[in-house]
Amino acid sequence: MALLLKAEDASETEEFESTPKIVKFVVVKKREGDHAQPAELTSFEEAMLPHLDAAHNLARWLLRNEQDAQDVVQEAYLRAFKSFAGFHGSNGRAWLLTIVRNTSYTLLKKNRAVDLTTTFDEEIHAAGYESVSPATILEHSENTERIREAMNELPAEFREILALRHQEGLSYKEIAEIAQIPPGTVMSRLARARAKLRECLVVRIGKEK
Amino acid sequence: MNCEEATKLMDGYLDGELDPITSQKIEQHLRECRKCEQAYEAHTALAHAISRGAPYHKAPAELRQRVQSSLRDAVGVRASRSAARENHASLTSRWARRRPVLPEISWNWLALAAAIILGALITAVFLPRMRAPNADQFLATQLIASHVRSLMADHLTDVPSSDQHTVKPWLDAKLDFAAPVADLSNQGFPLIGGRLDYLDNRPVAALVYGRRKHFINLFVWPAASDEAKAPKTITREGYQLLHWADLDFNYWAVSDVNANDLQLFKQQFETRTPHH
Repeated sequence: MALLLKAEDASETEEFESTPKIVKFVVVKKREGDHAQPAELTSFEEAMLPHLDAAHNLARWLLRNEQDAQDVVQEAYLRAFKSFAGFHGSNGRAWLLTIVRNTSYTLLKKNRAVDLTTTFDEEIHAAGYESVSPATILEHSENTERIREAMNELPAEFREILALRHQEGLSYKEIAEIAQIPPGTVMSRLARARAKLRECLVVRIGKEK
Repeated sequence: MNCEEATKLMDGYLDGELDPITSQKIEQHLRECRKCEQAYEAHTALAHAISRGAPYHKAPAELRQRVQSSLRDAVGVRASRSAARENHASLTSRWARRRPVLPEISWNWLALAAAIILGALITAVFLPRMRAPNADQFLATQLIASHVRSLMADHLTDVPSSDQHTVKPWLDAKLDFAAPVADLSNQGFPLIGGRLDYLDNRPVAALVYGRRKHFINLFVWPAASDEAKAPKTITREGYQLLHWADLDFNYWAVSDVNANDLQLFKQQFETRTPHH
């Protein structure tokens, strides 16, 4: 811009510029802006839009509400776009999911403090827990609705880790990055999440019998 | 490996995240321990149940549209150079208006943004020019006052040195910018020293040069991008003021030497400082 100004002003006197000159300047400046931005937007969309399903799935599990999930995904994409220039890693999906997760927690903390502060009781309550055979569990997993309900009963940190592992197939390393926990914690949290989900499932199976 | 260890590592084993040696130890244990083997079967069944049974929430088509149009909005508003904070509406306000942004609405916003750009630019370009003569006169008064004061109050320099490698670091340490400094002794303008001054509402660097028995104060401060860059000369009260600018800095040379000497000084200074 400054170079441009210099050229324009080379013959400047102390008198007013004529209006046409100003108009010309405006056109030049606008064109510059129009060209610079879409290129950045195009490369952002090429890199990040393929992960839209993953972003939505994670937000949906965390927020348990479609409208909130969509709002969070939209906000997360805007945030990601803003800091895209600073992203030089190779794992775009993990990077985006980290932002989605953080954005989700911001809303959870704001609107649903109870969801995060309730200390989750990890004791096993289901009577006859041991007696439910693996085959029964598998058989009942045909019922998608039952799994969904059971998973939605879990605290947010369990819902997210199950979705990341079982639906996105992410490695422990990637999960550690997204959930911002030490890699060593991923395995133990996943174990607790699975145990708790199993319990919720067993309780449901028991009730339906 | 005992049962306790095997139970602890079972999830890692199931997920294939253990190192080969530990994996082998677990396999060995599962072959030997019926109880752990059953637990592992139950684990595998559950893992399959989750992978198969948990519904995957694919993004609906309207979300893709919504994300794309909000990105375009952000780009459009950003191009107008209004504050970035404004266009990336905060979580709260975005959640307040939850409706998807429809494409035609976004075009209206673009039109509005374009109008704002136009208005802002006309203001930015026009107004400084209308005010320019007055602003220059005011600055000239300040510059001359500063020049005269530096000679009268025996406060010509804070750092008296003819060595540019002494003056420059001293100024750099005191200011939030790194002013170019050059010794022009061989060109007939010996560097006498440097000084801090305050002009145009900001701290500036003042470089002091000699010319025969006269002094030249060269005031340097970072250039604002919208400032006129054309060289200017002003003559007032017997003082010569010469202004020029490059991409990074504004320069005002003030002296009682004649206009030609000041022009020569400018040329020599520009030749011997890194060019922008």
